[in-house]
Amino acid sequence: MLIEAGHYALALALAVSLVQAAMPIWAARAGDPGLRSVATAAALASCVCVAFAFGALTWAHIVSDFSVQNVVENSHSMKPFVYKVSGVWGNHEGSMMLWVLILVLFGAVVALARNAVPATLRANTLGVQGGISFVFLLFILLTSNPFARLNPAPMEGRDLNPILQDPGLAIHPPLLYLGYVGFSITFAFAVAALIEGRIDAAWARAVRPWTLVAWCFLTVGIAMGSYWAYYELGWGGWWFWDPVENASLMPWLAGTALVHSTVVMEKRDALKVWTVLLAILTFSLSLLGTFLVRSGVLTSVHTFATDPTRGTFILGILVLFIGGSLALYAWRAPLLRQGGLFAPISREGALVLNNLFLSAACATVLVGTLYPLALESLVGDKISVGAPFFNLTFVPLVVPLLLLVPFGQTLAWKRGDLAAAGQRLLAALGLGLLAGLGVAAATWGGPVAAPLGIGLGAYLILGAAMEIAVRVRGRTLGLSLRRAAGLPRSAWGTALAHAGVGITVVGIAAQAWSVESLATLPRGGTLRAGPYAASLDGILPRTGPNYTETVARLTIRDRDGGVVGHIEPGRRFYSARNMAVSEAGLLTLGASQVYASVGETGSDGAVGLRLYYKPLVLLIWVGAVVMALGGGLSLTDRRFRVGIPAARARAREEAAAMKPMPAE
Amino acid sequence: MLRLLPLLAALLSLAGPAAAVQPDEVMRDPALETRARDISAGLRCLVCQNQSIDDSDAPLARDLRLIVRERLRQGDSDTQVVDYVVGRYGEFVLLRPVLSWHTALLWLTPLLVLALGALGLWHRARRPGPVRAALSPAEQEAVDDLLRRH
Repeated sequence: MLIEAGHYALALALAVSLVQAAMPIWAARAGDPGLRSVATAAALASCVCVAFAFGALTWAHIVSDFSVQNVVENSHSMKPFVYKVSGVWGNHEGSMMLWVLILVLFGAVVALARNAVPATLRANTLGVQGGISFVFLLFILLTSNPFARLNPAPMEGRDLNPILQDPGLAIHPPLLYLGYVGFSITFAFAVAALIEGRIDAAWARAVRPWTLVAWCFLTVGIAMGSYWAYYELGWGGWWFWDPVENASLMPWLAGTALVHSTVVMEKRDALKVWTVLLAILTFSLSLLGTFLVRSGVLTSVHTFATDPTRGTFILGILVLFIGGSLALYAWRAPLLRQGGLFAPISREGALVLNNLFLSAACATVLVGTLYPLALESLVGDKISVGAPFFNLTFVPLVVPLLLLVPFGQTLAWKRGDLAAAGQRLLAALGLGLLAGLGVAAATWGGPVAAPLGIGLGAYLILGAAMEIAVRVRGRTLGLSLRRAAGLPRSAWGTALAHAGVGITVVGIAAQAWSVESLATLPRGGTLRAGPYAASLDGILPRTGPNYTETVARLTIRDRDGGVVGHIEPGRRFYSARNMAVSEAGLLTLGASQVYASVGETGSDGAVGLRLYYKPLVLLIWVGAVVMALGGGLSLTDRRFRVGIPAARARAREEAAAMKPMPAE
Repeated sequence: MLRLLPLLAALLSLAGPAAAVQPDEVMRDPALETRARDISAGLRCLVCQNQSIDDSDAPLARDLRLIVRERLRQGDSDTQVVDYVVGRYGEFVLLRPVLSWHTALLWLTPLLVLALGALGLWHRARRPGPVRAALSPAEQEAVDDLLRRH
């Protein structure tokens, strides 16, 4: 019964979202601002409906209701509780439900954010949001119904794919979707601005928090996915330039550009037309990220959706949103008035360069991901575009961008002084170079480019610290502290995020010194990787809630023979799906890790062991988290907490509503 | 969620050992082994999705790794080994596509975007600033009025 109610709630949400989409347009036509408030109510109502439907599906998974097809295909009565819940979005139908749930949640927050967004803009934005929810709900109801029943109901489910039974994967998709879907708000704002034909600094201020929220979630979501791939896939890589990863990197790159261009727009009223385009492109890439992967175009064998009607529907959605919004842009963008002027050497100029490099990087990833597909369908040639291509093209685009970061922060708005900025950054540049040279000297004969990477990372971190130091420096400590407290939080956030980039760069560069060892190890045998050695104490069988596993117990010793820890890499066998999954063993030592994965155990009790020493590897993800924290800190800036002067705006609006408007 | 798919296929396609390069494949000469690893990292596992033969668990990847090592042992140069594998399996096996006419657009994308962007910026810099609309007489009067009062 609950399942049918959930299904009904979903259909109800479809109807409500149609009202939400139509009402602002009607309100504008009828000239009745009162009608606009219907959009607010509709946004809240559709949020309640979808939340109920999602809750019903989750409940079916929790109580293992095997009369529901979705539960049968993805659950098992013995599965741990956490994975019963995360199993809801570990499949195509459920992940679409999660997508829409997040979409309507964001919609409800926009509806409630009365002070932060001007009324007309809010209504139009909610209208566009409503349109997006409508299409996605239609997609779920027509092609991916999660509430389909099975009769007769089987006794037991087929279990969730074992690879998905991992805490990392329980939280990775929601984070990623919060990012993807968050950009839908920015997109809705951009389309609303195009419809209104008006865009100004107030628009940028209203949009910026949403962009930042989406960006922060996407950053953490990608980092989470990367760490999961690192420890789960068993060969110690952290980024594979896989189409599926690229699909999440593209909106991140565009989103990063957007976060920076909205700053220019908010402070200086410039780059409007570009920012609107970027907002449209970022969400388009998010859609592409969600769906190209799903539709089976990119990765034929590995997708959830093999149903051709789904593929066609998805293509239709992409064409509708991407094509439609770009057409609207071509039509309405010339109406947008260009704003503030600036000299080429200025903070605006630096941010334009930032956008240029990020766009080029994003285009490279996009073309690299889709090129084999296009070439095969147009010419028939089959080629592969893999990691070596991306390393060769992406890295040269990113390095100049990173060199630019501290300069951008230091230059003044409107017209900057490059020499003065260089002088202020001299210490950071010098120390960064020194760090690189120091590392190069200490590891002479080792990797060549990596010390430069370490130097670049150090320069970024020092540059961020220097920016804060210069701004708070006073004659006395008290004065400095007072200045530090008075510094806007967005300045702290910027510095923190940029330092995070530096931390990630150091982590990436340090991987040049990672060591891999490989051996078939008998019991009591020892394998060395870098400064650490692992000895095999024995092989133990174990039983988990819904799997059996064989673990190899390893003792890790340092150079002096002192024991630093134990790890237990193993292989798990899930009988419900008849699948084996390897579980890496990780020992964290500071920011470095010793990483072990095992193969099959031979008849003689010897085991194939792969041992890595990964220096400073955790910095890659710590940096990403620091970036997101910087974004979060920036969100708490006073200007977002205070919002637009609400009372005045409301009074003006009421006055406008009272007075009959003269015909234009 | 995203990374699981290739692995899923990898796992479905075989029930063999988990690790990619097996201890028994490793060559005695460390210099040759390093070269073998470098070459393997650039060759695609044909039955996997976007995995190099160095990373892949598939039996075919193992065969290719052994071929690469066998050719190296017989004294082939790195290019000769790659050419041999390409001769057998076609260009599809290269993770880094060759630069030629059919891949020109792919390789030139970064430069094209940068050049287009630079062109756009140059164009914008040359264009005169936005023309401010002249004040209407009523607005001018209001401004004058304000100026007189302050």
